[in-house]
Amino acid sequence: MAIPWEFIIVQTVNGIVTGMILALVASGLTLIFGIMDVVNFAHGELFMLGAYIGVVVSAFSGNFWLALVAAALVVALLGAALQVVTLRPLMGRDPLTTILATFGISLVLQNYALWQFGPIERKIAEPITGQFGLLYLEYPWYRILIAALSAAIIGAFWLFLKYSKYGIWIRATTQDRVMAQAMGIPVPWVHTAVFAIGAAMAAASGVLFGPLAGVEPYMGLAWVLKAFIVVVVGGMGSFGGSIAAAIFISLLESYAAIWVSPSQAIIVSFVVLILTLLFRPTGLFGTASR
Amino acid sequence: MSAPPPSADPLVKVEDVHAYYGKSHVLHGVGLTVGRGEVVGLLGRNGVGKSTTLKSIIGLVHVRQGRVLYEGKTVTGVAAHKLARIGIAYVPEDRRIFRLLTVTENLRTGLDRAGMSERRRRELLEKVYAIFPILAERRSQPGGTLSGGEQQMLAIARAMMLEPKIILLDEPTEGLMPRMVSQIRQIIELLRRERVAILLVEQNVPLTLGCSQRVYFMEKGEIRHEAIASEIGADDPIVHRYLGV
Amino acid sequence: MSTRDASLFWVGFTVVVAMLALTPLVLPPFWGHFTTEILIWGLLAMSSDLLIGYTGMVSFGHSAFFGLGVYGAAAALLLVEPPNLLLAVVLGLVAAALVAMFVAYFSTRLRDIYFAITTLIFSQIFYVVIFTWTSVTGGENGLTFTRPGLGIPGLYVVRFTPATMHWFVLAVVAFSYLMLRRITRSPFGMVLQSIRENESRTRAIGYHVESYKMMAVMLSGLFAGLAGVLYALQNEFAAADFVFFLVSGETVIYNVMGGIGTLVGPLVGAGAFLLLREALSRFFSEYYLIPLGITFIAMVIFVPQGLLGFARRWLNR
Repeated sequence: MAIPWEFIIVQTVNGIVTGMILALVASGLTLIFGIMDVVNFAHGELFMLGAYIGVVVSAFSGNFWLALVAAALVVALLGAALQVVTLRPLMGRDPLTTILATFGISLVLQNYALWQFGPIERKIAEPITGQFGLLYLEYPWYRILIAALSAAIIGAFWLFLKYSKYGIWIRATTQDRVMAQAMGIPVPWVHTAVFAIGAAMAAASGVLFGPLAGVEPYMGLAWVLKAFIVVVVGGMGSFGGSIAAAIFISLLESYAAIWVSPSQAIIVSFVVLILTLLFRPTGLFGTASR
Repeated sequence: MSAPPPSADPLVKVEDVHAYYGKSHVLHGVGLTVGRGEVVGLLGRNGVGKSTTLKSIIGLVHVRQGRVLYEGKTVTGVAAHKLARIGIAYVPEDRRIFRLLTVTENLRTGLDRAGMSERRRRELLEKVYAIFPILAERRSQPGGTLSGGEQQMLAIARAMMLEPKIILLDEPTEGLMPRMVSQIRQIIELLRRERVAILLVEQNVPLTLGCSQRVYFMEKGEIRHEAIASEIGADDPIVHRYLGV
Repeated sequence: MSTRDASLFWVGFTVVVAMLALTPLVLPPFWGHFTTEILIWGLLAMSSDLLIGYTGMVSFGHSAFFGLGVYGAAAALLLVEPPNLLLAVVLGLVAAALVAMFVAYFSTRLRDIYFAITTLIFSQIFYVVIFTWTSVTGGENGLTFTRPGLGIPGLYVVRFTPATMHWFVLAVVAFSYLMLRRITRSPFGMVLQSIRENESRTRAIGYHVESYKMMAVMLSGLFAGLAGVLYALQNEFAAADFVFFLVSGETVIYNVMGGIGTLVGPLVGAGAFLLLREALSRFFSEYYLIPLGITFIAMVIFVPQGLLGFARRWLNR
């Protein structure tokens, strides 16, 4: 069988692009889980809402960057509000309850979007047009831009975590919640802030993903599922691991898409999950410790 | 060394405190006081509730009945992070420094309080590095790479960053070599000179009797006896009674 | 259980079953059908309670067991002429059991949250497979088939009426309830509850926790599959939607709303949820899930012991 080299190169780039977006989504999820032991089922819906805000703001203002910032801010506030109202009362209870609560939130948000925007796909206009020559094909610039932006956001957050005062607070809280409190760190607010940041990351991913495909109320589910797979494969709670896993899985899916349809290519990520659970349950990349 | 008279206005007062771990009734009406700048020892066998008493003061254990007063005001039920910011510092058993943070970052967790200018922060850091030169040497190393004794130093130094009025010290000499034990003693002395009160939980009786002005003896979740430290020797029958040594 | 409690139970049980048996005769057809649906979803909820309430394992994978029960029955009814009731039941159970074994093997290696997520992911795997394998499963559109007759094929077969269908379902669900109850009260059931209370201690005592967990998943899956078979028989329709994660989610909702660890609770929860949905959709049309979701969240925070637990507390006052 002739190896379709052009396809492979294009799919590699595609894989990296979606991989970076997936990495951003998964980072938010890992962050929330790592710090608060909360499995955020609503993460996909925060992604979806971000995309919708992106649709509205970019249609209104014609400015992609404004849409990106607006979506991140609004969803961050929403995330903070949700955390304070529904998750704080559940702190210290059975972790099952947070899964249920975030599941309930995802139902509400999904149907809210359905109600407000309807089931028909919307689109976000590409931030920059134009393509460049990738081998024999034309490849859109904005995809590269999106990947770069995702990487930039992740990088910026990593720097924040490592060097800023609040970054230290977050890292201390992750390692030892009790002693962080004993050192005067307002842990309940750290939790709220972290949830808000995770939500903002999801929202930003939604806006970045918008130009690539349509925005519809159920788009969150596929992403949150893949994000969970990434988190498990990458080693639960490992930031670096989930980034590596995101790119790895996206690449594999992209390659698979050369031969099968995209909805079937998803099976690849499932297979990776199964193999990981069988042979390396603590994760393929990184370790399960932080 | 005579003790200052127990002030009418203790810094910390624990009044008839009852606490539970789940269904287990751990503290049965504990009462004690610590005066300003006073070093008070809390002695007793393992498991009698000494650590729990400390935790109830810093708000890490739920007080079901009774009160904790700080500077005359009731603080029972106040969140731990707020208490840390008004001057109650806690150094737990097994240290619990932030293993993945560097020494400096560990110290910084106590420095980022309201009203701390950058200059003040630097001053405090330098002061602590002067007291603990070994920490200065290791300032960029992750806390987890320090030895047991160094971690203990770090835990105490970190508590000092809060500029506390009282430090709750839980078994600081546990697992330390004799040389380090005397270093701990010196640090307690230093803190006393700085008028920082200390509530010291310890198994090391001579150390406790040597550093403290008063000591309490605990048994089965209750305070059974209070004494002036200078009036007791390490082989006093009371010590035998409550520590079974 | 004292004999007084035992007779109280049987009296209560008989009364409830009798009342439920009367519904097709007493209620208008829409509500009669509705009651039958409540019973079917109630069975699904009870099956999941075995895992959630008694073993302490939250599963989001019941849509896979249920859905495969539906498809298994569909396969039997489509492939074999004339449609055979017994075969439909058997095939549905076998399909569900196979899936349960698969899920059990992996999932019991994980604890708590990881288990919940993995069951979710697995149920979605099955959804995608069924959704895309259009030639076999009919994909989005699903499969339609005809209901078999009740009776022994070749000897005496009679068509189901809505009433007899309801009684058939009631009989199966009542029987399943009794079986599940027996299981939870047996030594096996006691071990499961001990696992829920304190897994490491149970292991330390010497029980092979993994085997018990796998058994629990299998049993739970079997009863869930049975619910699927009943659904297929009732509605003569199989679609990928039934394998969709939402079914699992709703199952968990029934459990929580009704009160986990009580068997009856989830059945009540299913009924409450479906009634609420009926009521809310009159006012809110398709967006009933918004107020329902909010109610659910409020219940998780304020009434975590579920309706049954709440009623129990209230009665004890």
